[in-house]
Amino acid sequence: MNEHTVKSYEEELKLLDRRIAQMGGYAEKLLVQAMDALERRDPKLAETAVSSDAMLDQLEREVQDQVILMIARRQPLANDLRHIMTVLKIAGDLERIGDLAKNIAKRALAVASEAYPKPLMTGMRHMTEMVQAQLKDVLDALSNLDAEKAMKVWLSDEQVDAMYNSLFRELLTYMMEDPRNIGLCTHFLFGAKNIERIGDHTTNIAENIHYLVHGVPIADDRPKGDRTSSTLITPRQ
Amino acid sequence: MNVMSKDVDSTLTEKISVRDLKFFYGSTLALKAISLPLYERQVTAFIGPSGCGKSTLLRVLNRMYDLYPNQRAEGEVLFDGENILNPRQDLNLLRSRIGMVFQKPTPFPMSIYENIAFGVRLYERLPKSEVDARVETALEKAALWKEVKDKLHSSGLSLSGGQQQRLCIARTVAIRPEVILFDEPCSALDPISTARIEELIDELKNDFTIAIVTHNMQQAARVSQRTAFMYLGELVEFGETKKLFTNPTNSRTQDYITGRFG
Repeated sequence: MNEHTVKSYEEELKLLDRRIAQMGGYAEKLLVQAMDALERRDPKLAETAVSSDAMLDQLEREVQDQVILMIARRQPLANDLRHIMTVLKIAGDLERIGDLAKNIAKRALAVASEAYPKPLMTGMRHMTEMVQAQLKDVLDALSNLDAEKAMKVWLSDEQVDAMYNSLFRELLTYMMEDPRNIGLCTHFLFGAKNIERIGDHTTNIAENIHYLVHGVPIADDRPKGDRTSSTLITPRQ
Repeated sequence: MNVMSKDVDSTLTEKISVRDLKFFYGSTLALKAISLPLYERQVTAFIGPSGCGKSTLLRVLNRMYDLYPNQRAEGEVLFDGENILNPRQDLNLLRSRIGMVFQKPTPFPMSIYENIAFGVRLYERLPKSEVDARVETALEKAALWKEVKDKLHSSGLSLSGGQQQRLCIARTVAIRPEVILFDEPCSALDPISTARIEELIDELKNDFTIAIVTHNMQQAARVSQRTAFMYLGELVEFGETKKLFTNPTNSRTQDYITGRFG
């Protein structure tokens, strides 16, 4: 693409991209820290994760301030307008991803002294790895404006939903087996839900990349696999 | 090359149809076989860098170029189905049906009242009471009545630039044309006067078919329903304004409206 005649406009757009890339980096790191803290029962790492969320909040405010100023100053049109509006929305998604990861870190603190059944963590770990890969891919797609890659991420979220369904059932089973598991499992259940929500924000980002590149929203309805809202499991008599 | 968007609303009527229009300044080809419609009761904006042919196109639409030697047009411009490029076309009649407002306000050196009444009397014989009424209506339509109603017999040149431009619009409207052509009507005006003119264009489109040439991209985006992007005498893209300014089809349109041009 040709560069703007006004160089400072070009620089502002590049700064915006750097800020969003930085946000993506922080969000990825925060998620890894939170899950590691949960798995290793490491309260120190959990506290690091909780406190580093502030960086994401700060960057989101910077992105927002910059976007408002650019609209006032440049009156962007066409792909520039889509670029600026999309970055603003993506910054919101990344900030939410940070909040959800921070919440996992808080739960890691709460359950740090508990002993976990091993298979429970395996499911959580597996689901997290999938979401981490999605987040990485969507951030790559954003920096390369690769709508095709974004579309793949968008479609793959169904697998995360499927994993969440089975984890949900598994956790409920543990709770029914022994009421002493309820405290721990409830934290895990919210943790799993947070990861599933991070997957949803990742697909939002993918949708925004598609719009940024093509100027039209993705036409299909996304396949949705989270059925836990309509699931009820009762103990066998 | 097909530059027309395919989603044209079938409820729209083509008030003017430009077909394969070529325009020559001497031997220089300034418009290279342009085809596009002007829809009735819509505002069509023409954008493009200086020298792209947008003002030339506007000047063809009311045969303004006839005033100059060595300028000629080929092709067709159908106005309600009749080709206005026909040499037998009555130019006075044509210009009463297709009015024009220029970049710089051009009031006549006469009173505000006479600026408007002059044109009315040129085309119609009306009793004074009716001329008075026509002047008042035109000034109201041009959103100028309140400001000048107590000084109708002061000179038109005593008004501010923005008021003068609205006086010129009133003068155009008073003739009751069907089409109004605006050639950069706000480029010499302050933001408040510009906003008044834009508000006015929005009102006028209920009664008239409007074409506007503007260098202000945001103005084109605000006031028009269709936009044509021209470059070096060619029509590069024509389509719905909301699509053209958010997701243009042609990369040259995108480069121009985002400020990435050469």
